[in-house]
Amino acid sequence: MTAPLLRIRNLHARVADREILRGIDLEVGAGEVHAIMGPNGSGKSTLAQVLAGRETYQVTEGEVLYQGKDLLALSPEERAVAGVFMAFQYPVEIPGVGNLYFLRTALNAIRKRRGEEELDAMDFLAFAKERMKLVAMDESFIGRSVNEGFSGGEKKRNEIFQMAVLDPLLAILDETDSGLDIDALRIVASGVNSLRSPDRAMIVITHYQRLLDYIVPDRVHVLGSGRIVRSGDRRLAVELEENGYALIEGEPPVRSGGEVR
Amino acid sequence: MSAPETLHDLTSRQYKYGFVTDIEADAVPRGLNEDIVRLISVKKKEPAFMLEWRLRAFRHWLTMKEPRWQNVHYPPIDYQDIVYYSAPKPKGGGPKSLDEVDPELRRTFDKLGIPLLEQQRLAGVAVDAVFDSVSVATTFKEKLAKVGVIFCSFSEAVQNHPELVRKYLGSVVPYSDNFFATLNSAVFSDGSFCFIPKGVRCPMELSTYFRINAENTGQFERTLIVAEEGSSVSYLEGCTAPMRDKNQLHAAVVELVALDNAQIKYSTVQNWYPGDAEGRGGIFNFVTKRGACRGKASKISWTQVETGSAITWKYPSVILQGDDSVGEFHSVALTNNRQQADTGTKMIHIGKNTRSTILSKGISAGRGQNTYRGLVKIQKSAAGARNYTQCDSLLLGSRCGAHTMPYIEVKNRSSKVEHEASTSKIGEDQLFYCMQRGISAEDAVSMIVNGFCRQVFQKLPMEFAVEAQKLLSVSLEGSIA
Repeated sequence: MTAPLLRIRNLHARVADREILRGIDLEVGAGEVHAIMGPNGSGKSTLAQVLAGRETYQVTEGEVLYQGKDLLALSPEERAVAGVFMAFQYPVEIPGVGNLYFLRTALNAIRKRRGEEELDAMDFLAFAKERMKLVAMDESFIGRSVNEGFSGGEKKRNEIFQMAVLDPLLAILDETDSGLDIDALRIVASGVNSLRSPDRAMIVITHYQRLLDYIVPDRVHVLGSGRIVRSGDRRLAVELEENGYALIEGEPPVRSGGEVR
Repeated sequence: MSAPETLHDLTSRQYKYGFVTDIEADAVPRGLNEDIVRLISVKKKEPAFMLEWRLRAFRHWLTMKEPRWQNVHYPPIDYQDIVYYSAPKPKGGGPKSLDEVDPELRRTFDKLGIPLLEQQRLAGVAVDAVFDSVSVATTFKEKLAKVGVIFCSFSEAVQNHPELVRKYLGSVVPYSDNFFATLNSAVFSDGSFCFIPKGVRCPMELSTYFRINAENTGQFERTLIVAEEGSSVSYLEGCTAPMRDKNQLHAAVVELVALDNAQIKYSTVQNWYPGDAEGRGGIFNFVTKRGACRGKASKISWTQVETGSAITWKYPSVILQGDDSVGEFHSVALTNNRQQADTGTKMIHIGKNTRSTILSKGISAGRGQNTYRGLVKIQKSAAGARNYTQCDSLLLGSRCGAHTMPYIEVKNRSSKVEHEASTSKIGEDQLFYCMQRGISAEDAVSMIVNGFCRQVFQKLPMEFAVEAQKLLSVSLEGSIA
C-alpha cells in the first residue's frame, strides 16, 4: 500500500492564547472524499486554514505530511503550487480586478513555478469557458471583478470554478454549502462531483449532512473540541442528522439544521 | 512571510530613479529680490511686458503670506536660500538637433527610459524635454507646424509668439492668485507652450518630461495651453527626479484655455523623489493647475497619477464658464513612508447645463497621509448644472491616514450634485486569498492596488496607463518592475 496523500499526526494549533486544535489525526488518500463535521467552534475551519497556511494560526505540535513532505514548512503560495486548494467559506472581493485576469494570474504563477509554460490570454479564455460550464456560470462572470457584487451562491460557484481551473490534488472545501439555497447547492455539488478523480483528494467541511446527500463521502469524521471524536462511513452523517451533535461527549446539545446563519 | 511583515517590506522600498547628472549649470545668485527678477528676464531676453508682469507679481508676492490651511506639515521654507534660475550650459554652442544634445543629458533620459530618438520613431510622441530650467530638445515641431500647432518651450513662445503669450498668460491663473502661483509668476524660468488653432485636431499626443537637477534650484515651470474653437489636444506630462538630501521646492503653474467646442485632455504621471523612509529630502510639489472652459460645449479633462514628492499640494481645477461645458478630474494619489498629499480639484460651474465629474482614488501606505480636498461650486447662473463626485481611499497597514474634505456650494436650485465616498483597507483576507491561489504577496498587493485604480487608469492614454501601473507597483515595492 502506498502512503496516503495527506497524513496529519497529533496536530495542535492555536490562535493567540486559545488552543483550537488539540491533536488531530487524519489520513486522506488520493481519490478519497472525506467529510469533516462538527458543531461551531469545534475547529473545522481552523483545520482548513492551517492546511492552507494561514499565519493567524500557530501550529504548536504535530505534523502534516503531504506527498510525504512537510506541508507546514511551505508558504501559502508554495502549497498552491504543490496542488493544495481551499474553497473559502467567505470568498474575498477584489474590486477592479477582473475575475478571469485574477485566475489567469494565479494559474500562470503556479505553472511558472512548476516550470510549465504559461497560458496566453486567448488559450486561457478558451480553457476557462469550458471549465465554467461545470458550475453553470454564464459568460457575464468574465467581465466582473473578483467576487464583487456576487450573490452568496455565485461566490461559492466561483470557488468551485477556480478549483476546476487550478486542478488541485488536494481540495479543501470549507463550508461550501453555507448560505446556499437548494438549487445553488445542487449546482455546486454537481461541479464538485465532476471534479472527483482517482488522483484528487477532497476534504469537505460542513455543518450539515444535507451537502453529503449530494457529495457522497468515503469517510465521515466528527470534530469535537479540537479532536476527531468519531469516524465512520456516510451512515455516521445520517446518524448525526437524526441525533444532533449532542452525542458528542462534552458538547452542549446543538440540533443539526437548527442553526441560523 | 506573514501578511503584516509583507506589507511592511513592500512599502519600504528605495526610489528607483535617484541619480544626479553632472552638467555645468548657469545659475543666478541665491536669493530673491527685484534684481533677481530682472536678471532672470534679461537672461531670457524677454520683452518689456514680461518683465513688467514679473515685477507686478513679485511686488504682490511680498504682501502675501504662505498658506497654512492645507493638511500637510513641513519645516519653514527659506525663500532667500533658493537659486531661482539655472540653465544647463551647452558645451560649445547650442544644440541644433537631437544629435547635438549634451551626451550626459541624453544618458540621463536613457536611464529614465526616455530615449528621445526611439520615442520619435516608435511612439510618434513629440517631447519637449525640460531639463532644469531650459528646454534643450524639442521634437516634431515641423510636423506640428504643418497643421498650425505651436508646441515649444515657454521661452521660445515669448520670443516668437509674444502676442499669444500676452493675450493668455495669467488669464486663468492671475499673477495675484495665490502665494505659490504668484512666486512662480515672478521667477518662472521656462515651461511649455501649446497652441491649437481653430478646427485643428492635434495629430499626436504632446508630451513633456520634467526633471529637476541642479541642487537647491527651485523649479518654477509655467505651462500654457490654448485650444481655439473646435480644436482638440491631448497633453502628457511625466517626471522623475534624482535623489537629494535637501528639500526642493517646486511651484509650477499650468493654465488651460478651451474656446467653443474645444477639448483639452491633460494627463500627468508625477514621480518626483519622495524623500527617504524617514521623510528626509523629497520634493515639495506646490502646483497651481487650472483650466477655463471659456467657450460653449468645451471640455477640459485632468487625469493625474501622483506617486512621488514628499508633499503634493495641488488642485487641478476647471472653471465651467461656457454653457454646456464639461470638466473632469480623475486622480490616483499614492503616499508611502512619510509622504503627504493634499490634492483634489475645484469645479466652478458658471454656465448653464455645465457638467463635472470627479473621481479620486487615494492610496496610503507606510506613514503616508492622503487628503482629498475638493470644491464643487454652482453659481446662480448655472441652471441645470450637474456634478458627480466619487472619492475612494485605500489603506495599507495601520500607520497611514486618509482624509476626505469635500466642499459643496450650491446657489442654483435646478442643479444636481452627488457625492460618494468610501474607505477600505487591503486586508490580510485579500492577501491570503490571492496567496492561496498561488499569487505571491507582492504581486497580490500590486494587483489589488491596480484594481482599485482601474477606473482612473482607463482614462489615461494607452502608453501612459501601462507606465502608471508599473509606477504604482514600483512605488509600493522594489522587486516587481
